[in-house]
Amino acid sequence: MDIFLAQLLNALLYAAVLFLIAGGLSLIFGVMRIVNLAHGSLYALGAYVMAWGLGRLAGESGSEPVYLIALLPVAAVAVGATGAVVEPILLRPLYARAEEYQLLLTFGLLLILEDAMRYIWGPTPLTASPLWAAFGTLHLMGATYPRYNVVVILLGVLTAVLLWAFVFKTRFGVMLRATSQNRRMAAALGINVGGVYVQAFALGCLMAGLAGAVIVPIQGAVLGMGVDALVLAFVVVVIGGLGSLDGALVGALIVGVVRTVAIQYFPELELAVLYLIAAVVLITRPAGLLGRA
Amino acid sequence: MSESEHSPDAAVTLAPARAVPRIRAVPWFAVALALLALVLPFLEGVPLIGWLASPFQRIQLTYGLVFGIAALAFNLLLGYTGLLSFGHAVFFGSAAYATGLLVKYLHVSSMEGFLLAGCVSSLVLAAGFGAVCVRYTRIFFSILTLALSQVVWALALKFFWITNGTDGLRIPTPTLLLGLVGVPDDKVRFLSFTYYYYVLAVFFICMVALGMIAASPFGKALQAIRDNEIRAQFVGIEVWRYRWSAFVVSGAFTGVAGTLFAPLNGLTTPDILHWTFSGKIVFMTVLGGFKSFSGPILGGVAYNYLETYVIKTTEYWQMLLGIILVALVLVMPQGIIGALGWIIHRRSGRR
Repeated sequence: MDIFLAQLLNALLYAAVLFLIAGGLSLIFGVMRIVNLAHGSLYALGAYVMAWGLGRLAGESGSEPVYLIALLPVAAVAVGATGAVVEPILLRPLYARAEEYQLLLTFGLLLILEDAMRYIWGPTPLTASPLWAAFGTLHLMGATYPRYNVVVILLGVLTAVLLWAFVFKTRFGVMLRATSQNRRMAAALGINVGGVYVQAFALGCLMAGLAGAVIVPIQGAVLGMGVDALVLAFVVVVIGGLGSLDGALVGALIVGVVRTVAIQYFPELELAVLYLIAAVVLITRPAGLLGRA
Repeated sequence: MSESEHSPDAAVTLAPARAVPRIRAVPWFAVALALLALVLPFLEGVPLIGWLASPFQRIQLTYGLVFGIAALAFNLLLGYTGLLSFGHAVFFGSAAYATGLLVKYLHVSSMEGFLLAGCVSSLVLAAGFGAVCVRYTRIFFSILTLALSQVVWALALKFFWITNGTDGLRIPTPTLLLGLVGVPDDKVRFLSFTYYYYVLAVFFICMVALGMIAASPFGKALQAIRDNEIRAQFVGIEVWRYRWSAFVVSGAFTGVAGTLFAPLNGLTTPDILHWTFSGKIVFMTVLGGFKSFSGPILGGVAYNYLETYVIKTTEYWQMLLGIILVALVLVMPQGIIGALGWIIHRRSGRR
C-alpha cells in the first residue's frame, strides 16, 4: 500500500512538472500557432538559472528553503524575459510565411540555447540536492515521502488554477482567447495582437522556466534535459490536444501515470509506450483528447 | 478532414504530360564538379587542388555525398510535396541498424547485402509510418513523424542486449560488389579510395533516379499537391496515395544513405535515430536550398564540412549551426543555391 501511494505521488510529481512545460507549449501554440521546438531548452534554461542562483546564494553549506521560494520566481521571470526578447526579434518576421519556417527557426534556437547553456555553465551538471534534503520527509499513511516533492505537486496544482483563472476570468484572458480564435477579427476589434503575442509567448516561456526551476532540487540541471523534456511535452500536448490547456493537464496526468507504471513493470518500453500512445491518439483523434479540430 | 469532401467521385486518370520525362540540360559546372569528383583521388600532387585530394578530404567528401543522398531524398518530401518531416533520422538510422544487426547476427559482410537490408528495412518502415503520417499535413505531419521516429529511437536505446544501447553496433569493413573487392588491409586506403568510388557511384545512381522521379508526371503531381491540394484533387490526383508514395520513396533513398553511412562511420549509435538528427537532415536541405533539385546535395556536402571544421575550431559548433539556421530562415530562405543564383543574376544584370 505504501509503495502504491509513493508511486502515485511520483506520478503526480511527474505530471505536475510536465504540465508546466506542456501547458506553456500548448498556450503558445493555441494563441500563435507556433510549435516551439526550443521550448524544452527554455525549461533547461530555467533549471540552470535556478541552480546557478542557488549555488550563489547558498554557497557550499547553507541551503535554506527560503532561498528556493525567493529564487523560483526569479528563474521563471528570467526565462519569460528571454521569451519576450525572442518573439519580436526572431519570430515576428515569420508570421506571414509558411509554418515550416517557424519550426526551422525554433530548431535553430534550440541548437543555440543548448550550446549557450554549455558555454555559460559548463558541461558538469549543477545540483542543489542539499536543498531537497533540507525539506525533510513526510509520513503519509505509513509511507515516507520527500516533502519537497509534495511542494512541487501543490505548485503544479496552484499554477493550473491560476492559469485557468487568468485565461478565463481576466480581461487579458479574453483578449488572449479572442486572438487565438480569430487573429484578424481581434485586431479589427482593437486588440493589440502584437502585444498579446509577446505576452502569450513570454507567459509560455515563464511556465517552462518555472518547471525547470522547481525540478532543480530533485534532479539538478543537466545538459540535454531540455531536448528530452521537449519530446515528452510533445507527447503530452498531442495526447491532450495541441492548444488546449485542460488537454495539457489531462495529457500530463496520463503520461505521468503511464510512465510510472511502465518504469515499475517494463522499464525497457517506458519511452516507446509513451510515443506509441501519442501516435495512437494522433491517428484516432488527430486533435487530441480535448482539443478542438 | 474537409478537403476530402472536394474529391470528385469520377476520378480522372492522370495522363502523363510527356511520354518521356524531360530532364533539363545539365549545367556545365555540374559536369565539371562530377568530373572533378571522378578524378579526385589522382590529384593528390596537383598544386592548387591537391589538398582537396588527400585521403582525409576524400573521406570527408564521402560523408558529404552520403548526407547529400539523404537530403536529396528528404527534399522529395519537403521541396516537392510540401511535407516537413521531423523524423527522417528513423529511415537513415534503421538502415544503419539493419546493417549492424546483419553483421552481428548473420555475419554478413557484403555491402550489397547491407544495401538490400537497409533499403528493405527503411522501405517497410516508411510504408508503415507513411500510411499513418500522410493523413496529416503541416505541423501535425511534422509532430507525428517526430513521435513515431522517437519510438524506434527509444527501442534502439533500451533494448541494449540487441542493439548495444548507447555503445552502438560496430560495422566492420565490408566486401564490395558481391565479394569481388575483398576486405582490405589498409582501412584508410579502402575508405578514401575504393569506398569513395563506391559511394560516388551509388550517389550518382540515386541522384539520377531521384531526378527522374522529380521530373516525371509523378513528380509533377507531387508539386501540384504541394501548391494546391484541392485543385490537385480536382484534376483527379489521389492526394493520399501520391503523398504516401513520395514518403516511401523518400524513406527508401534515405535508407540507402544510412546504409552507406554505416561502414564509413564504423559504428551505429542511437544518435542517428534521434529526432535531433532528423533536424540536421532538415538543416542540410534548407542550407543547400530546398526550392531547387540540386540544393540539398550542396547542403549535405557543405553541412559535413561545416561540422568537421567548426568542431575543430570550437566545441560550440551546435550554436554556430543554430545561428546559421536562424540566419538562413530570416535572410536567405533559398539557401546556398538561392544565394548563388542571386549573385549570378546580379552579375549578368550588370553586364
